[in-house]
Amino acid sequence: MLVGVVFFVFLINFINAIDRMKNRSLISINDYTTEEYLRILDTAEDFEANPRQSLLNGYVIASLFFEPSTRTRLSFESAISQLGGKIVGFSSSASSSVQKGESLKDTILTVNNYCDLIVMRHPLEGSARYASEVADVPIINAGDGSNQHPTQCLLDLYSIRKTQGKLDNLNVAFVGDLKYGRTVHSLAIALSGFNTTYHLVSPVELKLPSAVKHYIKEKDLTYHQYTDLEEALPHVDIVYMTRIQRERFSDPMEYERVKNSYVLTRNLLKDVKQNLKVLHPLPRVNEISEDVDDTPQAYYFTQALNGVYVRMALLTTILGIK
Amino acid sequence: MDKKEKRTELKVSAIENGTVIDHIPSHMLFRVIKILGLDNTDNMILFGTNLESKKYGNKGIIKVSNKYFESEEINKIALVAPTASLIEIKDFKVTNKKNVKIPGDIIKIVKCFNPNCITNHQNITTKFKVIQQKPELKLRCYYCEKTTAKDNMVFL
Ligand SMILES: [Zn+2]
Repeated sequence: MLVGVVFFVFLINFINAIDRMKNRSLISINDYTTEEYLRILDTAEDFEANPRQSLLNGYVIASLFFEPSTRTRLSFESAISQLGGKIVGFSSSASSSVQKGESLKDTILTVNNYCDLIVMRHPLEGSARYASEVADVPIINAGDGSNQHPTQCLLDLYSIRKTQGKLDNLNVAFVGDLKYGRTVHSLAIALSGFNTTYHLVSPVELKLPSAVKHYIKEKDLTYHQYTDLEEALPHVDIVYMTRIQRERFSDPMEYERVKNSYVLTRNLLKDVKQNLKVLHPLPRVNEISEDVDDTPQAYYFTQALNGVYVRMALLTTILGIK
Repeated sequence: MDKKEKRTELKVSAIENGTVIDHIPSHMLFRVIKILGLDNTDNMILFGTNLESKKYGNKGIIKVSNKYFESEEINKIALVAPTASLIEIKDFKVTNKKNVKIPGDIIKIVKCFNPNCITNHQNITTKFKVIQQKPELKLRCYYCEKTTAKDNMVFL
C-alpha cells in the first residue's frame, strides 16, 4: 500500500516536472533544478539507445547563429534532422538581416512566426535572456558571449554520469583556465548539487573566481587547489581540461613560463585511477597531447557525440513531446 | 530640525497639499527629479539645492504639489538618495513621514558595467537584482548575470 502511495507521489512529481519544463526556455544553467537535469539526462539515454525517432515530424526549429560556431550548430542541426524536424535560420550575422542593422528584438519577433522553438547563439551576454522575453516560442541558449552555454554543461554531466555510472561523490579535476572558462563555471556550479570534491588546477592568475567558489562553499564541499597537474591526477575520477590562452595573461613571460605545465600527456596517465576519464569541451589546441587520444582515458570525442543525444532530449522535452 | 536648518527650509516656499522630499544629496537633485519623472509633469514643483544641512553638510529639497508617492515609486530613488525622507502635507499640515528603502529589483536606473552586455548595445531597459546591500551594494544584471558594484555603478 505504502509502496503504491510512494509510487503515485513519484509519478505526480514526474508529470509535474514534464509540465514545468514544457515551453520553458533554457537560458542559464541555474534555470533548471537538479531533478530537471537528471530527467534530461535520462531522456538523452533513451535517445542514445534509439536515436532515429520521427518525433519532430512537422516541427520547424529556427537555428539563429549570430556568430559562427560550427561545432555547436552542427550538433543541434544533427539532433533536429535525426528526429525528422525542419531547420530554418542562418549560420552567421553576415548572412542575415542583422547586417542591415536590424535589432535583435525585430529578428526574434519575425522568426517567432515561422517556428516552434529557437536555438540561438549570440556574441553579446544577456542576448538569449532578452530574446526569451520577446519571443512567444521557447529559446534554447547555445551560447551568449562569455556568459552561459547550458547545453554544453548538460552534455558534460551526461558524459560524467555515463563514464562513472553516477554523478554523486566524484572527484573532479578542472584544469587550465578556470578564471575565464565559461564551461568550467557552469559545470562546477551544476556539480555542486552532487557532493563533488573539486581539484582545481590552474596558474595563480587563472584561479576559479570567488563567485563560482561561492557555490562550492555554500554546500560545504571540499576543494583543493594546485598549480601542478601531476599532483592532482592520482586523486580524481574525471579530468576536465581547458585551453589556456596567451591573451589572458597580463605578463607574456608568465604565459611562456606556465604554458606547458597544463598539458596532459600519455606519460602522466600511467598511475591514475582505473575509472579516470579525460573530458574537454573542444576544440583543443595543445593542452591534450595527441598521444592521449588512443588511451582508454580519452573520452573527449565521445563527449561531443553525447551532445547530440542531450540536445534531442532537450528539444523534445521543451516542445512537450517527450 | 534646528533653527538654521529651518530657515533654509523656508527658502523654498511651503505647499498646501503634496509631498516634500528632503535630505537629497545636492549633486543628486536633478537625478531624483528625472527618476521620479518630475521633469514631465503638470504639477507645481519647487526645489532648492546646496542648502545647508546640519546632518549632511548640504542637501537638496523638492516640493511637489498635489502628489503623493507609492512606496514602490519612491523607493526608486533609494540608490541615488538613500538619505532622502518624505513628508506628506495636507492643508499645510504634516500628515505622514516616510523613508526610502532599496527595492529588491532595480529597473531602468543603473547602467550595466559589462561593455559586452546586450543592454549596452540595444534599446533595452536595464534590470538588476539586489544581491547585497551591505557593506557594499551589489547588483546582478538580469541579462548578462554579471555583478555591478558600487565602484563601477553608473546611473542612466
Ligand atoms: Zn548586463
